[in-house]
Amino acid sequence: MSAAVSDIALQVMWNRLLSVVEEQARTLVRTAFSTSAREAGDISAGVFDLEGRMLAQAVTGTPGHVNSMARSVKHFIEAFPVATMRPGDHYITNDPWKGTGHLYDIVVTSPAFHEGKLVALFSCTTHVVDIGGIGQSPEGRQVFHEGLFIPLLPLAREGRLEEGLMRLIRANVREPVQVEGDIHALMACNDIGARRLSAMLAEHGIADLDALGAHIVARSRAGMAQAIAALPRGTWRNAMRIDGFGAPIDLVAAVTIAEDHILVDYEGSSPSSDRGINCPYCYTDAYTAFGIKALIGPAIPNNAGTLDSIVVRTPANSIVDAPWPAAVNARSTIGHMLPDVVYGALHQALPDRLPAEGTSNLWNLKLGAGHGITAGHTGRPFQVTTFHSGGAGARPRQDGLSATPFPSGVRNVPVEITETIAPVVIWKKEYRPDSGGPGTHRGGLGQMMEVTHRDPAGVFGLFATFERVVYPARGREGGLPGARGRVSLASGQELQGKGFQLVPAGERLVVEMPGGGGYGDPARRDPALVAADVEAGLVSQEQAAALYGAKR
Amino acid sequence: MTGRTTRLAVDIGGTFTDLVLETPARSWSRKVLTTPEAPERAVLEGMRAIAAQAGVAPETIGLVVHGTTLATNALIERKGARTALLTTEGFRDSLEIAFEHRFEQYDLYMERPAPLVPRPLRLGVPERIAADGAVLLPLDEAALRATAAGLRALGGEQGIEAVAVCFLHSFTNDAHERRAGAILAEELPEAAISLSCEVAPEIREYERASTTVANAYVLPLMERYLGRLQHGLLAAGVAAPLLLMMSSGGITTVETARKFPVRLVESGPAGGAILARLVAAENGLDRVVAFDMGGTTAKLTLIDDLEFQRSRSFEVARAYRFVQGSGLPVRIPVIELVEIGAGGGSIARLDALGRIQVGPDSAGSVPGPACYGRGGTAPTVTDADAVLGRLDPARFAGGTLSLDPALAEAALADAIGPAMGGSVAGAAGIAEIVDETMASAARVHAVENGKDTAERTMIAFGGAAPLHAARLARKLGMRRVVVPVGAGVGSAHGFLRAPVGYEVVRSRHLALADLDPAALDVLFAGMREEAEAVVRLAAPDAPLVESRTGFMRYRGQGHEIAVALPPGALGADAAAVLHARFEAAYAALFGRVIPHLAVEALTWSLSLAVAQELPTPPPEPPPRAAPPPVARRTLHDPATGRADAAAVHERLSLPPGTRLAGPALVVEDETTTVVPAGATARINALGHIVLEFDA
Repeated sequence: MSAAVSDIALQVMWNRLLSVVEEQARTLVRTAFSTSAREAGDISAGVFDLEGRMLAQAVTGTPGHVNSMARSVKHFIEAFPVATMRPGDHYITNDPWKGTGHLYDIVVTSPAFHEGKLVALFSCTTHVVDIGGIGQSPEGRQVFHEGLFIPLLPLAREGRLEEGLMRLIRANVREPVQVEGDIHALMACNDIGARRLSAMLAEHGIADLDALGAHIVARSRAGMAQAIAALPRGTWRNAMRIDGFGAPIDLVAAVTIAEDHILVDYEGSSPSSDRGINCPYCYTDAYTAFGIKALIGPAIPNNAGTLDSIVVRTPANSIVDAPWPAAVNARSTIGHMLPDVVYGALHQALPDRLPAEGTSNLWNLKLGAGHGITAGHTGRPFQVTTFHSGGAGARPRQDGLSATPFPSGVRNVPVEITETIAPVVIWKKEYRPDSGGPGTHRGGLGQMMEVTHRDPAGVFGLFATFERVVYPARGREGGLPGARGRVSLASGQELQGKGFQLVPAGERLVVEMPGGGGYGDPARRDPALVAADVEAGLVSQEQAAALYGAKR
Repeated sequence: MTGRTTRLAVDIGGTFTDLVLETPARSWSRKVLTTPEAPERAVLEGMRAIAAQAGVAPETIGLVVHGTTLATNALIERKGARTALLTTEGFRDSLEIAFEHRFEQYDLYMERPAPLVPRPLRLGVPERIAADGAVLLPLDEAALRATAAGLRALGGEQGIEAVAVCFLHSFTNDAHERRAGAILAEELPEAAISLSCEVAPEIREYERASTTVANAYVLPLMERYLGRLQHGLLAAGVAAPLLLMMSSGGITTVETARKFPVRLVESGPAGGAILARLVAAENGLDRVVAFDMGGTTAKLTLIDDLEFQRSRSFEVARAYRFVQGSGLPVRIPVIELVEIGAGGGSIARLDALGRIQVGPDSAGSVPGPACYGRGGTAPTVTDADAVLGRLDPARFAGGTLSLDPALAEAALADAIGPAMGGSVAGAAGIAEIVDETMASAARVHAVENGKDTAERTMIAFGGAAPLHAARLARKLGMRRVVVPVGAGVGSAHGFLRAPVGYEVVRSRHLALADLDPAALDVLFAGMREEAEAVVRLAAPDAPLVESRTGFMRYRGQGHEIAVALPPGALGADAAAVLHARFEAAYAALFGRVIPHLAVEALTWSLSLAVAQELPTPPPEPPPRAAPPPVARRTLHDPATGRADAAAVHERLSLPPGTRLAGPALVVEDETTTVVPAGATARINALGHIVLEFDA
């Protein structure tokens, strides 16, 4: 019986470790300043062993952070050997290639001690309000344009904050107090994790995480291997063309299901861009791993064991592996598309399991005004990002989710909050009829939003990073594509899907978000569902007649 | 509110309706089966039965306090009124778009819960108010009347019984909503109207709309039910005032309950928390965790210095394995508690990695746990408890149900045992995992409130809690557990201890830097007036206590913290006082303050309640040895893996002062208290069981 009890004890401690990182993450959300963290939950938090292997992480808003942070701790350990770490130390970086893909994300890693002995590392990431440079624009040509680059550096030594570094940061960002507040929140969140871990070790009477860590990694790896073993072996290929910035981009993947791992090779994908939509390898790896894990092992906690089961290869100097000093601010433009690319390949191996393509890229409204941004600016300067989404792809047995992000897991920002913190008025935020890709199962609908300046004489700018404006989300198995996105002014002028553009005084910005692709032949959709969609105004009578074969 | 008069408490739950009758001499309790099609029937039957049992004429009952899950169940089962929602034009889908969120990150097949109002009944009205309250577009009254006429034209099954109105920024300027309410009252005189500026005047349009719609959705049903209940009570001779238990822990009049029925959800757990506070006072405990574990869920509440944690948000009808985000958010005053899908009926299974998972799905009462012998085959927490020797098969639920431990063993042997090395090891595993699940939830809940669970005392009630309390308390670093008298009908007992009270909330976004104390005083005066009007209906003369709270944050943050404000009018130094109180509260929560940062407040609340005197602890009775045990039973301890012969005692035969050493079991009709090895139990002056652990 003792073997079984010790197995249960390990399981109990594993559950406890998951609750420790959950506490760590909640602390961060509640104390964060940037809307992306506090409203949308765009953060991550996890605990690592002394070799930098992630043992547990909180389930938070963004897989892109989570899986890339999982790899980042190894870089910290290389720069700051664990033997040199002292209680009260904290280390920081926003290196896009060693952190989570762009300068806005600050990673803080901190050693955790128990009875004087280093037992683990806690790491967490948040998206700060501002990082200087050209701000939230995708127009940068090199990472130098995009703001302050913080290499791997000590942030605090034995409890003493590196005041010089903090002064440097404050001097380089537009919202110094809030950014400093976010950095304090990151340290507080790791401190909470370390305290809880120490209590857990004391309660269970163990000195370190060695046995538990080995158990977690081995069990998870075995679980993934078991899930992978149940899949057919082989290599499947897929390509997806997306809008890009100025020129279309091809994302190409060969997905190989091997004995105990899955290999994704992006050979054939487009070269890197000279604008800020490049994706560093860490972020490519993160979203690829997320997409596969959601498919084959959704219930297995994420850790080094699960991540090792997914291997990602990228061509050098490509859009999915852009080297320093490429501009990377809007790297999610590419990263969020990768699960769709992988799913298109896997669908050939695993019919009836994968959703159709979705909007995938977030349709966040990044708006701003101020000196040098909006010519002749008067009034209150502002920069605001509100998180919103188009439609997701239809599933083999279900319609796609409307106005819901995938693969990102962020939440939206309420209209009343946006209007309270920025001088804008949102006149409309409603489903966009006929935008869901027709199919036996309909793609999710996008939404329409209309925005003006609060002041009729006010001018504001749009930092656009929208996808699926030219190339829509495709359907599967005879399902039709979702509607393309569209950005325009109410007076009629079309705007571009990418880049900074002005909304003149008295004008209204009109954003029509894309829909998800449909699944299966629309003529086979249950007529009762078509009729219900028409009654609800989600599908027009014209579309119902033309594409679903409904009688008028 | 001590019992001079005879008072009746009624708690309608999903399965049972609990009644407690307090006469000047003593207290009586009774459980009857709930009658879902006409819930007042069980109330009236139970009332007659308990009155007869106590030898009391219904006419002499001086007060009835009532809590019910009817509103909650209508929301869960989607059995409320056919409701329409009027929004600012352009925002009819806000209710369905919700948070634009996938609450299950890794689930490709996730579905969001359907909104209470389908799209064809969500209608936009031309009007617009800005964030600062300015009118950008006047209310188009003609369009509103045309919309109302369209709703009126829907007859028969399509007929509209309730209308919710939620316009943008109405919490700042309610003129359009109030005018719309007046017009709807003319155009749709039969419909119940709920305005968001009255139901939940707070920022964040989706949550405000969700709350207002939930209120409208249950209003007609609750109004009819309360009317029938009042008539029924009168006809049965009970002329006493009827007061309703709210989720905030206060009680209110039928009139208020009819207008804001959404405030009645979760009244049962609120009653339990009230009981726990009373027990805390009786035992002189300043740091407490109330632990209520029943058949499907467990609830944990923190009580510090005899005060609850309070909150203004709650999620009802979680559709998706109790996952946060899968239910309907309602913004109402609630006693803050964490609810976990872990109860006696929770089903255990192995996951893909061979790990034990417990719940959140429950075997319920039909088929129930395997050991009930009613056809259930999946092992549950109760089955694990039976196999571990914690339950007396002949005494379960006062002997109304006899347990068959062999069926529990068989269920465990099939589903869990092979992987764990036998059914006892499997049962130990289930108990450990469910206790760890509850402990994890408690820890996360505590940290979110800037608290710690260690060194607290647990107060355990509800059928399954005393079985798990000792182990859970140890996991949370606690040294003491109190199992009060009457733990099985804790909520109804709590109702009789709840004060008449009411809470009013207003959103008014203010930076402390340009705070106008006089304007804030005017705001609070209005809130006091509103609250007092409600409270005086039920308590015309009693002295009242008022508490004021500001929900504040650093400018730029997204989450406010509750900051207690000084009573009465604010002076010229109001901004400094508020700033100091905010920083103290922030430091207590997060361990640090952030210098040089502006502070702002979004929402203000005022709570008004009848002043209550809580009891003080009676002197400790002299210690005495336990009588000989009535039996001995093999008790397995999951913490140590040991099996011991445990002494079994009847709770009623243990007088105050009795000392017991674990391993022991103290049995009573509704539950069993497990006293593990290494723990001692004593019966205090009031009959509560107090467990203490060696350090």
